[in-house]
Amino acid sequence: MKKLSARRRHPLAALVVLLLALAATGGLYAAFAPADKAQADVAAQSLAIDEGKKLFAVGCSSCHGLNGQGSSDGPSLVGVGSASVDFQVGTGRMPAQQPGAQVPRKQNIYTQAEIDQLAAFVSSLGPGPVTPTKEQYTSTNPEDISKGGELFRTNCAQCHNFAGQGGALTKGKYAPSLEGVDAKHIYEAMQTGPQNMPSFPDTTMPEEQKKQIVAFVRHTTSDEPNPGGLTLGSLGPVTEGLFGWIFGLGTLIAVAIWVAAHTTKAKKS
Amino acid sequence: MSEEKLPESHGSAGEVADHGDPFADPGLPAHEPRRTDIDERAAKRAERQVSLMFVISMLATVGFIASYVAIDPDKIVYIFPLGHVSALNFALGMTLGVALFLIGAGAVHWARTLMSDVEMPAERHPIEADDEVRADVIQQFRTGAAESGFGRRKMIRNTLIGSMALVPLSGVVLLRDLGPLPEKKLKDTGWKEATPQKPLQLINMSTNSPMTADDIVIGSLTFAMPQGLHTHDEDFQQRIAKDALMLVRIAPEDIKDDTSKELGFQGILAYSKICTHVGCPISLYEQQTHHALCPCHQSTFDLADGARVIFGPAGHPLPQLKITTDEKGFLVATGDFDEPVGPSYWERAR
Ligand code: FES
Repeated sequence: MKKLSARRRHPLAALVVLLLALAATGGLYAAFAPADKAQADVAAQSLAIDEGKKLFAVGCSSCHGLNGQGSSDGPSLVGVGSASVDFQVGTGRMPAQQPGAQVPRKQNIYTQAEIDQLAAFVSSLGPGPVTPTKEQYTSTNPEDISKGGELFRTNCAQCHNFAGQGGALTKGKYAPSLEGVDAKHIYEAMQTGPQNMPSFPDTTMPEEQKKQIVAFVRHTTSDEPNPGGLTLGSLGPVTEGLFGWIFGLGTLIAVAIWVAAHTTKAKKS
Repeated sequence: MSEEKLPESHGSAGEVADHGDPFADPGLPAHEPRRTDIDERAAKRAERQVSLMFVISMLATVGFIASYVAIDPDKIVYIFPLGHVSALNFALGMTLGVALFLIGAGAVHWARTLMSDVEMPAERHPIEADDEVRADVIQQFRTGAAESGFGRRKMIRNTLIGSMALVPLSGVVLLRDLGPLPEKKLKDTGWKEATPQKPLQLINMSTNSPMTADDIVIGSLTFAMPQGLHTHDEDFQQRIAKDALMLVRIAPEDIKDDTSKELGFQGILAYSKICTHVGCPISLYEQQTHHALCPCHQSTFDLADGARVIFGPAGHPLPQLKITTDEKGFLVATGDFDEPVGPSYWERAR
């Protein structure tokens, strides 16, 4: 200490103090700044949850209960996760218009921001599948389409038809057509298994494969050229046979009648 | 048909028999010539039209071959009512259609304008021959029989009858597998290789890897095949037609059938994917009702209740495979299904 105080009046003492002070400030900043940012995130998140809770109270609570605990009219939402909310609300299925065998897709009335807030609230109730990011469901590799086709035929075609046109289930339920469905929503449906669709969690169907299936579905149901012309609904032999019998045979019969009804007598011509 | 073609209206000299009889046979209207019959120029024109059709047909065939050679199979064009179609498919269909149609149209036109169109009535007669002919045939038959000595040479007759009676047996041999012979073939599946000492892992058909119990969540649907089966195997299709499994997980309290619960592992149930009606692969699984549907004839099985048939023509519940986990935690089977998978057949015990 003596030494230190002896040098107190050294000409460079002020400089040393200054440097020390600077280092301390920098260190303090480094120590506190990220914490501040994290706090800001948490704040934004809790704000979203608050907003979501308000939206939930208005739009969803009459069936799912004020805290999403569920009631006789709607299942508990604890643990369904944000992907489920994004799918159900984003495709207009929720809020449901009326109870029934199946809640159909309809016009979505929420903005994406509101959906995100609702999702934030619902995922705060319990952890569940998280809304996928764009990279997760957008494929850039053309090979994915054929791989996805194989997976689609193993896992999806039985209900949704080989060309994604959908099909009937029991008692008024149905597997909807996949035409014009967002890549994100297809992905989320596989993650969460909405309504009577079974789910295909990452443990049995890894992300990569879901992406391939999405690539196939988008390729097949979008305005892709159809090599043969009329698809007749891509329903297979039913519509094709009907078309053949009615239009094909019909034309032949009409031609035969025309030929027989028009004589070539001199008087007529 | 217009008025003027009727016999009365054009006052032709039809052979109208007796005017006193209101139901008299009006006879045939008089033959009317066609323009091409009386006008050589019209006939020449018709001839040219027919040959023109045949020539266009030839050109269309050439066009068919040309488009087959020239058009890139990947080329897509927009054609109005059809939308975006493959140029090659369209060209092939069009040219072949035109070529065939014009052969037909040319033939019809030819027959109608140039071939003879004189009416040729043919009267109907009873089909049976007259007595004389019949007596003659019977006589010939008798003579033939007498000459062959069929009645006399009993050995020939009997061996002939014997050989004729045996011929249908070859049909029985050919169609035997419709009958009571498949025996064991349908009885066991690829899972029979599994034993409690050497269990077989359940391989996820999407990822080709084994699964732990935690991988299967409630409400999910997974398809599995036995360890050791590979999609590239020569007999893969043969084997997967019996071995295919669908795995569902149902909350244990929702499982209504106790044996079924025991065969499963913590609510994970492994059912055969093969419909017990006529063997379609079923897997239209409704995760809320636990019903699985067959797309072929709508048999519906309640997977929460031992896959009992609740609707449709299937005769048996879906067989369930007993599963458990091995020491590494992977799902395994320790034996075969305890009843045959798929449709009923004669030797099936129940
Ligand atoms: S094959 Fe399943 S119902 Fe006929």
